[in-house]
Amino acid sequence: MQIAPPHFDRMFGALADATRRDIVRRAIDGEEGVAELAGHYPMSFAAVQKHVAILERAGLVTKQRIGRRKVVRTNVEGLRMARRLLDRYEEMWRGRMDRMTALVAETRKEKHR
Amino acid sequence: MTVTAVQKDPQALTLTLDAEFEASQERVWQLWADPRQLERWWGPPTYPATFTKHDLAPGSRVEYHMTGPEGDQPKAYWDIVEVDPPRRLLVHDGFRNDDGTENTDLPGNEFEVTIAESGENRTRMSIESRFPSQEAMEQLLAMGMEQGLTEAVGQIDAILAEDRAAV
Repeated sequence: MQIAPPHFDRMFGALADATRRDIVRRAIDGEEGVAELAGHYPMSFAAVQKHVAILERAGLVTKQRIGRRKVVRTNVEGLRMARRLLDRYEEMWRGRMDRMTALVAETRKEKHR
Repeated sequence: MTVTAVQKDPQALTLTLDAEFEASQERVWQLWADPRQLERWWGPPTYPATFTKHDLAPGSRVEYHMTGPEGDQPKAYWDIVEVDPPRRLLVHDGFRNDDGTENTDLPGNEFEVTIAESGENRTRMSIESRFPSQEAMEQLLAMGMEQGLTEAVGQIDAILAEDRAAV
């Protein structure tokens, strides 16, 4: 089963870090540059720049030029993929719950006999 | 409809499902506590589970395997982290190697089951599933464990037919 594009592992690695997940969340609006983003975290500009670079390589954010500024913007499609994975896991548990319901219903019927 | 609410957090990598059953708390607990019942719902019809060691005691290891359409039998285990019958169960679910030892190459995941009475002969069950990483989640899904939904429909029909035949 092929559900992952080639850079998927990199994407997972990038999202494994809480700061990077937060950057992804903030960059959905695509209004802040690296310097503004850095203002949100108790770490150096260089450290935040490094996080952004990792996210960029993973395809989770892109840098876009707006006039004279460069903003960081989340690649929403990348996030959707993570969402889809959870959707599939949900389906698995829904399947289990449906089977549980069937079993419980079966015992109820037996009692009525 | 069994499942009453679903919460998904793609960033925290958690999935929570609530379901309501027309049954007592004790009856719903039996779905987990009785291995023969567990076998009837844990795996999808193409990958039924067989529980070979099953004791829901804290610290105990439950052992099971699935049987695939090609006859493949991936082995797995549950480590019972916490248990409070008939209310609560916290499990670490992982894979085992062919020789039965823990497979540390494949990811595991943790799930917490909460069962509570919600009315006259009604019981609510909540399952919160947590993944260590997105990679772990993807790997588990890629192993064909997600086939539940579409096949579940067929299995319910089969159980109902069996039930009718027994009358």
